[in-house]
Amino acid sequence: MQLQSMYQDIILDHYRNPHGRGLRDPFEAEVHHVNPTCGDEVTMRVHLDGDTIADVSYEGQGCSISQASVSAMYDLVIGKSVTEALGTGEHFMTLMQSKGDAAVAEGLEDELEDAIAFAGVSKYPARVKCALMSWMALKDASARALSTSSEAN
Amino acid sequence: MTQTVSRPAGAHQVPLPLDVEAIRADFPILTRTVRDGKRLVYLDSGATSQKPRSVLDAERWFYENVNAAPHRGAHQLAEEATAAYEAARATIGAFLGAPENEIVFTRNSTESINLVAYALSNAATAKEPEFRRYAVGQGDEIVVTEMEHHANLLPWQQLCERTGATLRWLGLTDDGRLDLSDLDTVVNERTKLVAVTQQSNILGTINPLGGIIARAHEVGALVLVDGAQSVPHQKVDVTELGADFLVFSGHKMLGPTGVGVLWGRYDVLDALPPFLTGGSMIEVVRMEGSTFAAPPQRFEAGVPMSAQVIGLAAAADYLTALGMDRVQQHEEVLTGYALEQLQAIPGVTVIGPPDTVARGGAISFTVDGVHPHDVGQVLDDLGIAVRVGHHCAWPVVRRYGVPATTRATFYVHTGYDDVDALVEGVREAQRFFGVVPAVTEGGTN
Ligand SMILES: Cc1ncc(COP(=O)(O)O)c(C=O)c1O
Repeated sequence: MQLQSMYQDIILDHYRNPHGRGLRDPFEAEVHHVNPTCGDEVTMRVHLDGDTIADVSYEGQGCSISQASVSAMYDLVIGKSVTEALGTGEHFMTLMQSKGDAAVAEGLEDELEDAIAFAGVSKYPARVKCALMSWMALKDASARALSTSSEAN
Repeated sequence: MTQTVSRPAGAHQVPLPLDVEAIRADFPILTRTVRDGKRLVYLDSGATSQKPRSVLDAERWFYENVNAAPHRGAHQLAEEATAAYEAARATIGAFLGAPENEIVFTRNSTESINLVAYALSNAATAKEPEFRRYAVGQGDEIVVTEMEHHANLLPWQQLCERTGATLRWLGLTDDGRLDLSDLDTVVNERTKLVAVTQQSNILGTINPLGGIIARAHEVGALVLVDGAQSVPHQKVDVTELGADFLVFSGHKMLGPTGVGVLWGRYDVLDALPPFLTGGSMIEVVRMEGSTFAAPPQRFEAGVPMSAQVIGLAAAADYLTALGMDRVQQHEEVLTGYALEQLQAIPGVTVIGPPDTVARGGAISFTVDGVHPHDVGQVLDDLGIAVRVGHHCAWPVVRRYGVPATTRATFYVHTGYDDVDALVEGVREAQRFFGVVPAVTEGGTN
């Protein structure tokens, strides 16, 4: 069975016990993203301290891949600057476009921590969107948060 | 939700009306394997159906022997291509019990519906008075239902936005049926058109169209029936149906992609202005202005999808040879069996009618604790193709409070082995995700 290559234990752990779930105050931006092909949804808030991501809080519904992805992302981005976090997002995107190429995954292992477990998802084009939804939401929310906080300054 | 946990396990396998093994041999794709050598269990005909060899042969025959643009040119190929194209129109007409001049070829159901929706708004500004009869404008109402596929919802929403008309809809009952309690107020003197599906692509419900059509005609409204999920699966005779338009897609009835049908009552079609304009649909063209051909040519602008039309006629012939009544009975037996087996699994909830009364073979369900995408992934790993998501009927899943469903759909090559594979696959998904509910013999979940 190939299922195990997609549903790594790390993914199932994040799915069952998501990190950072729930919507919290304070926040500078809130976004709502959906995956229109399947109806997966996430509402995400970003709280910045200067240009450091102090908190990402979220609520959502969706498949194990989309829910585990947002949880693993939470672990990766808290405490990073927006630029660093989005850089990590680019690497995650690269992983998702790797079509299961082990060499690509190997090179990204240190950077992506738990999120490297999503390498198996890259073999299933229909599921890549599920894994990327939360990263798209983060990109959107942090851009808005930055512009809100620069307006406030 | 209560459900009986009985274990039919093979007990209810009455002989199927169709010879599944013989039919499977007609479908080349069913010989391939998927996901490391597994037999393909194709339970996604509702999205698009597989094609029998006779359909593929018909398309190849057209290209290899008579390929030319129909209705253009005077050479022999053009004549033969025209004859083949028009013979296909006659075949589709006969399939529906309609005269051939009421058959318009389009790209698919979506385009057929858009054709009517645009014709109704074009009617308001038509320079020809005879085309204004069905014009839709401010103060008019269009009625749909909450059960519609997006293809039979968005064109009407857009028509209302273009014209200032108001969109109204019939709601749904908890058991997956149309709520007709307010039919007489929702469909009223202001109603210009009622658009309703004959079979729901997500709930499987077969709608009681008679009463709806009677009420619509009582107030002078037109009725468009979305037959995308009914025409492939049951006998549909347009005279018995009594509607004004019927739309369906070739690719869901064993035919090629890229061809669909709009059937319209001739007097109604004749009173409508065109949707797309260009070659083939004209009478006289001058720089100052043009006049249009009579239906059906008025609605077939441009060189048509000839080979696909020929393929669609072959699909209709294939279904006719099987017998549409038997096709329907076949699916009904399988649907009854599948509903029984699926609902016997603790944690599985069918979204839609729980039995085969006025119901087709689209079975949507949820599995407690396992998201439909994950159910679909486990099934895919076993070689079983189903559809997951909101099935282009987002308001329906919203109405039933679920984010998405897993949907299995049946067709002429579906057998008990396919349903058994599905049922076992759902159990496998529960095991994989560790949500096998504790079963006490004879208890409920
Ligand atoms: C009930 C119903 N109506 C309309 C459509 C649209 O068909 P097509 O995409 O072929 O235009 C579908 C297809 O899924 C359908 O199931």
